[in-house]
Amino acid sequence: MNTPQIKSASTKLLQEDLLLEVKGLKTYFKLGKGKVAKAVDNVSFSINKGETVALVGESGSGKSITSLSIMRLIPKPPGEIVEGSIRLEGKELLTLSENEMTEVRGNEIGMIFQEPMTSLDPVFTIGNQIVESLMKHQKMKKREAYEKAIELLKVVGFSRAEVIINEYPHQLSGGMRQRVMIAIAMSNNPKLLIADEPTTALDVTVQAQILNLMVDMKEQFGSSILLITHDMGVVAEVANRVLVMYGGQIVEEAPVKDLFLKTKHPYTKALLKTIPSIDVELERLDSIPGMVPPAHLFPTGCRFAERCVHVMAKCREENPELMENSPNHKVRCHLYEQVGGI
Amino acid sequence: MAYIIRRIILFVVTMVLVSLITFSVFQVMPGDPIRIMLGTEADETQVETLKKQLGLDQPLYVQYIDWVKGLVTGDLGESIRFSRPVTELLADRLPVTISLALITLLIVVIVAIPLGIFVAKRQNKLSDVVLSSATQLGMAIPSFWLGMLLILYLGMNFSFFTISGYVPWTQSVAGALGAILLPALTIAIPQIAVKFRYVRNAILEQLRLDYVRTIRSKGITEKFVMYKHVLRNSMIPILTIFGLITAEVVAGTIIVEQVFSLPGIGQLLITSISYRDFPLVQGIVMYITFIVVLINFLVDILYSVLDPRIRLN
Repeated sequence: MNTPQIKSASTKLLQEDLLLEVKGLKTYFKLGKGKVAKAVDNVSFSINKGETVALVGESGSGKSITSLSIMRLIPKPPGEIVEGSIRLEGKELLTLSENEMTEVRGNEIGMIFQEPMTSLDPVFTIGNQIVESLMKHQKMKKREAYEKAIELLKVVGFSRAEVIINEYPHQLSGGMRQRVMIAIAMSNNPKLLIADEPTTALDVTVQAQILNLMVDMKEQFGSSILLITHDMGVVAEVANRVLVMYGGQIVEEAPVKDLFLKTKHPYTKALLKTIPSIDVELERLDSIPGMVPPAHLFPTGCRFAERCVHVMAKCREENPELMENSPNHKVRCHLYEQVGGI
Repeated sequence: MAYIIRRIILFVVTMVLVSLITFSVFQVMPGDPIRIMLGTEADETQVETLKKQLGLDQPLYVQYIDWVKGLVTGDLGESIRFSRPVTELLADRLPVTISLALITLLIVVIVAIPLGIFVAKRQNKLSDVVLSSATQLGMAIPSFWLGMLLILYLGMNFSFFTISGYVPWTQSVAGALGAILLPALTIAIPQIAVKFRYVRNAILEQLRLDYVRTIRSKGITEKFVMYKHVLRNSMIPILTIFGLITAEVVAGTIIVEQVFSLPGIGQLLITSISYRDFPLVQGIVMYITFIVVLINFLVDILYSVLDPRIRLN
């Protein structure tokens, strides 16, 4: 794969209205024996209308838990959102009753998951699973909802929509199922589409199709996207802005161009290095040594300290704050605390 | 369709194997029915005549073929002990055992499934713990003792219950229920105690699956998630369990019919075995296995109704 090319159009951060604002979100998991996993620990970010924000990080960094927290789909017990605020167009989601929340899910926020093979109910037809959402949120009658479902399936690229609607998930391929998932997620024109690793489980050839479809849908419906991924190529392709997560915290936040060209955090640098380049011949692929520490054993200092090449004494004692020391570019690292940094 | 045809073939093959096994087991079983009928003092010519009369002088394969022919046409021969056609004896007793088994199954289904759902929703809460202990208790209680307890505390105190004997449905529905309900409970209670946990586990297993999260992400209420999607998906493993219960319930009727003096198949089976009444025993064994194999066949067919992955493959 080539070094990701950065689309110039996507670099401009438009100062549009705020759509989603997450502040001080803490989602903890009780592990028993008094151990608590701080899967999401004081995360704040926002998404503007029409914007595509990528949330990147390794497995275990807390990115999926962040997205599930927004949907309030954290399995409780053991998980719990212990603190914070999540506002969608000013409406606080964390204080809504479970019933009010069902009006938000699938309606104002749509979601696509990583595993298209297991994300659909195996015993109901595709049609049944699309109309369910339409009938709930748009109060459609069954026949009307089925007509709309056929229309949606055509929009996501099924030419035989009338046939597909009566088929079962196991009769479709992974890519086709992910299209169905997109049709379901977009069925009520949501303001926000959360896509949790939507292409990870798919063939490379299908990945691009699904990504393009998501971008098309976003433009057609005027939605914003929160794209969770660990694929930096995908980030360069579609994101306007990037949030990098490590150990349950955001360690860097920047417009996509800045993130690739003026990378600050050592973790982000390491992450970018893992993308193989055709120009540079390597004996073996780069990887970041070590692993994300488990969420119940975070150190008191910087959570990346153990794996960081620039680690200093201070890093082991004190966890740095997320600071904005150049416009729109935030970083959580002791190296940048003095103006100038390295 | 191909699936159903395969199941039908399997059903026929199973029945043929069962008939072979049933037939051969009685060939090697000790005890000579002729000797029992005629007494030990009988002379050889008497024995020979009776053997000829019953067809026992024929080679084994001829006896087998005759017997299978009888099975298919409904002629299972004549009972040695009662000197009546086996089919007739079975027909007399069948309504008792079938009512008992069906009512037992009904009780198990209408209690165990809702109880399983209830506990699944309250995972790890107090009611879950309490009911788990109830399972241990339910498994440990022998059914004859449970039957006696029910007779003692319910049967003796409420005139509705008949604690011994049977009242035909055609005579009085309340009377029949009064006679059947306690024995049915005797078989059902230990079954419920164990099987509701299977229902609970089947539901909890479904709740962990990805598709449940998708449905929730659509804004579907928890009630719909449970009763439309999760329950429908759990029915596949639950159905398997209820196929097994049927066999256990049929076996349970044998003991319980003794405790409640119900004139059913179970009682007939015990009598016929003690008299080495081979035609009758064979008939009953074939009948019981037929019911069990048939239920399993129906369960297989129901799978394909519930699960499109089976139906369409």
